[in-house]
Amino acid sequence: MSWPRIVSLGGILFILTTWESICRSLGIPDFILPRPSAIITVAVSQAAILLPHAGVTALEVLIGILISLMIAIPLSIVMFAHPSVENAIAPFLVASQAVPVFAIAPLLVVWLGYGIASKVLMAAVIIFFPITVNLLEGFKSCDQEYRVLFQLMGAGFWKTMRMLYWRWALPHFFAGLKVGVSVATIGAVIGEWVGAQQGLGYLMIQSNARLRVDMVFAAILWLSAMGLGLWVFVGSLEKRVITWK
Amino acid sequence: MLQVSRLTKRFGDLSVLEDFDLTVPRKGFTILIGPSGCGKSTLFNVLTGVVSKNDGEISWLGKPMLHVGKKSAYMQQKDLLLPWFSLLDNALLPARISGQDMIAATGKALGLFKRLGLVGFETYLPGEISGGMRQRCALVRTLMFERELVLLDEPLSALDAITRRSLQSLLLLLQSEFDKSLLMITHDIEEALLLADQVLVLSRLPMKVLEQFSLNGPKPRRLSDPLLIEIKEHVLQRLQEELKI
Repeated sequence: MSWPRIVSLGGILFILTTWESICRSLGIPDFILPRPSAIITVAVSQAAILLPHAGVTALEVLIGILISLMIAIPLSIVMFAHPSVENAIAPFLVASQAVPVFAIAPLLVVWLGYGIASKVLMAAVIIFFPITVNLLEGFKSCDQEYRVLFQLMGAGFWKTMRMLYWRWALPHFFAGLKVGVSVATIGAVIGEWVGAQQGLGYLMIQSNARLRVDMVFAAILWLSAMGLGLWVFVGSLEKRVITWK
Repeated sequence: MLQVSRLTKRFGDLSVLEDFDLTVPRKGFTILIGPSGCGKSTLFNVLTGVVSKNDGEISWLGKPMLHVGKKSAYMQQKDLLLPWFSLLDNALLPARISGQDMIAATGKALGLFKRLGLVGFETYLPGEISGGMRQRCALVRTLMFERELVLLDEPLSALDAITRRSLQSLLLLLQSEFDKSLLMITHDIEEALLLADQVLVLSRLPMKVLEQFSLNGPKPRRLSDPLLIEIKEHVLQRLQEELKI
């Protein structure tokens, strides 16, 4: 095991041990702050309840990622090919991120209902921005000398995009995707808090109302695992795709 | 032949080329040598159409044209190999972009790999081989352009002495075996004297031809040749005088 990993695991272990000791020594009840051991017990023993909700949240996040990719990739290409489009769209892109997702969540629930559509859109709104911005910056960062080489070879925009710009921008794309997937759950969960019948966010609200703080923490644990899993998946995909680095 | 007359290029108030004249004989090897920042690379950028000229005429084989970007192959100091493509795929780029028959092009590229000592490295990525081999691969790519005029912008300057010597032999091969018309920029007077049929010594900005030498001796040449030693001393003195002004 590498040193950074040992340090990382050691840090987590230290926090959990301290947390556990404080709860035990001060006798803090579980409905205020449950012990890590109690949270893990609930996360495992209540898996039958947590799993269907996690499945719904995961589905919302995954569809959100797909939709954001379908928007972000063509949008960045168009903005790169036509800087005037970038100038026209940039204020809207920034505005879409400046407005807190909490503010638009109730509207989306009103417009799209209590089903997964509003949560998918919430996740997509959060994810597409880092992907779009990073991909566009990746295209722009391509060395002028390579562009000239392709120009002299007589390559048109799409051939240059396919053979040069796209691959050049891939590290930027994956950087944006990593940021996107790690915050993707935020959009979905906020949507579920505002109005849903399923999902980990819905379960958290329901459990909180019943003072089942241990279940709230168990849902958070599952959410964290989901975000971490997505991060690891994107990281391994990056390693498989970018073989030249 | 390539004929350039009264070529003028200005960047704002800075005049880089002013009524610049140049003749590159067909199937000859012309080398430009001059102080750093004298405008040699700007000349190439104008010739290839990367930047537009302010005035003057450019003609290739008697036909006037805005630039010779589509008529020439261009090799630079940096090899500009795409790190995600194998050496063979890098060499095949011009063929792929111009829509050539890929079976024939692959056969030609493999022949060139053999000629230039790259056999066995076809599937390697550029990051896995030495600088000299990368530059040889860039030379293969330049040959795959299938254009008679070849512009070389200090292609060997980043290499060590031994690799440089072997690539100089390959450049001579390029001229004799592949019937190319070569125009090269270098800072190395010895390199110019070993390779060129015609050496043009250039002034500082705005760039002018200070002196022109025709070298008719057979190749490969020896630097111990008294005539070459005399020319070398003369050119060095001329360039030093130019730098003092």
